[in-house]
Amino acid sequence: MPNTLLTLDQINVNFGPKRVLEGLSFSLQAGEIGCLLGASGCGKTTALRAIAGFEPVAAGRVILDGQQVASSGQEWTPQQRGIGMVFQDYALFPHLNVTDNIRFGLSRLDKVEQKRRVEELLEVVQLTEVANAYPHALSGGQQQRVALARALAPAPRLLLLDEPFSNLDVELRERLNQEVRDILKSRDITALLVTHDQHEAFSLADKVGVMHAGRLLQWDTPYKLYHEPAERFVADFIGEGVFLPAVVTAAGDIEFNADPQLGHRPCWPVCQARPGQAVQVLLRPDDILHDDTSPMQARVVKKAFRGAQFLYTLSLPSGQTVLSLVPSHHDHAIGEAIGIRLEIDHVIAFGV
Amino acid sequence: MQLDWSSIPRASNALWEGFQFSISLTAFAALAGIILGTLLAMARLSSIKPLSMIASGYVNIFRSTPLVIVIYWFYVVLPFIIGRPIGAEHSAYVTFAIFEAAYFCEIMRAGIQSIPKGQVYAGSALGFTYGQNMRYIILPQAFRNVVPLLLTQTIILFQDTSLVYVLGATDLFGAADKIAHRDNTLLEMYVTVAVIYFVISFFLSRLVKHLHSKIAIIR
Repeated sequence: MPNTLLTLDQINVNFGPKRVLEGLSFSLQAGEIGCLLGASGCGKTTALRAIAGFEPVAAGRVILDGQQVASSGQEWTPQQRGIGMVFQDYALFPHLNVTDNIRFGLSRLDKVEQKRRVEELLEVVQLTEVANAYPHALSGGQQQRVALARALAPAPRLLLLDEPFSNLDVELRERLNQEVRDILKSRDITALLVTHDQHEAFSLADKVGVMHAGRLLQWDTPYKLYHEPAERFVADFIGEGVFLPAVVTAAGDIEFNADPQLGHRPCWPVCQARPGQAVQVLLRPDDILHDDTSPMQARVVKKAFRGAQFLYTLSLPSGQTVLSLVPSHHDHAIGEAIGIRLEIDHVIAFGV
Repeated sequence: MQLDWSSIPRASNALWEGFQFSISLTAFAALAGIILGTLLAMARLSSIKPLSMIASGYVNIFRSTPLVIVIYWFYVVLPFIIGRPIGAEHSAYVTFAIFEAAYFCEIMRAGIQSIPKGQVYAGSALGFTYGQNMRYIILPQAFRNVVPLLLTQTIILFQDTSLVYVLGATDLFGAADKIAHRDNTLLEMYVTVAVIYFVISFFLSRLVKHLHSKIAIIR
């Protein structure tokens, strides 16, 4: 039974009269990597700051390792919480070299132990050669690693990362992303990161929470967020896809009334639709397969080359468009009609 | 008009003694002023309202009062406070330290404010208290950023110390003034000390400029 390391219970945070976080609740198991995902201004960084102790909570509780560290009017200081943090701009100390930056949080240990830990961390983040360099002489990726090593040095109970890769170029971002995950996993560190980049969230985190306008809409595994979004907003925000109008039949199936050739589908329990109800069905690009033998035809309206695949925008006879990911050796011209087949494990439908 | 420069070399001993006092007064006032000014700056930036109000009151009073009045004022008031007569020299030390602190406070305040807030957050997340953050993160960086400004202010201070001659103290200018009146060589003496003040101030400014470009590279 894994134990719960961090729990947020109905957290509210206000900026003056404005409520920026409302009823935020989720928990993180020990050793798990969580991620709050959302557009800028959704409150995700505020949530992180409330957990770290930089932002007081107006209501609710933050429980860290069984101890209540924040509730309205009762706040542990950031120093008391023992939470490590990697900042968006890294906030390295420019007047200290790499070694001293990492050693900074270790002042309670004796000199020998400090040295041992700094050397170990330098090795973990592969910065042994630049141990004596100053932050301004390092590349963005190196600075990022120093920030990580510095935050890990005091062996925090929880590591928070605020948009840790947003200042890096794409290629480096993806590499560091994996590196950071490997480091965190190998040391069994519980971490929570904040990002607006869903690829980053999916590749780094075990659990992802989608935030919008100060609320957490869904806290789930990346797979479930993609395939079983609980709300229309989540379905829209995560991945690509279109919504097709449909009705619920007397038997409780989904029927695409505008494009009957798409057939009937059993409705996934989450949609909780009543017979006769009009719904919108989520179709991901990977739900629509290209199949030359299929009698169902759709016309290519748009195509985007993505290397291994084409993302086709296809027009159904009703005029509705759907998206389809097709291996890129199936190169069809715009205007051409191609055979498609629906392959959905479960139908996600939202009432209209 | 006949100028007589021959008295200048003969006055060099007295000028040298005055110069030593000027330097000692400048050094003491700069050091004490920077320490006091740093504390004032921390008070001014404090979230404790009364503390910041007292500090800004202090700064506003001294920055809005002519130095020469403050010099006289302290010379008159200080003996009452400590209960015994105080010489012009000692009065000058106290006056300049207290007066300059107001200016150094504003420089240090700018220095502290130039450090991004994230630095404090980073320190706090690593377990450091306000005092430790100040001592190990904020102040070292703030100092480095404002060293040129502190030195520039010190050069101004060095020139301002000449005002203590109004108390009859023998700083460089006071010494020159006394000899000038004794020997009736006003112009020669004033030109000589002006050159000394200029040479020292000018070369120090050049040094500051050089330092500034070095610091700019690190940032």
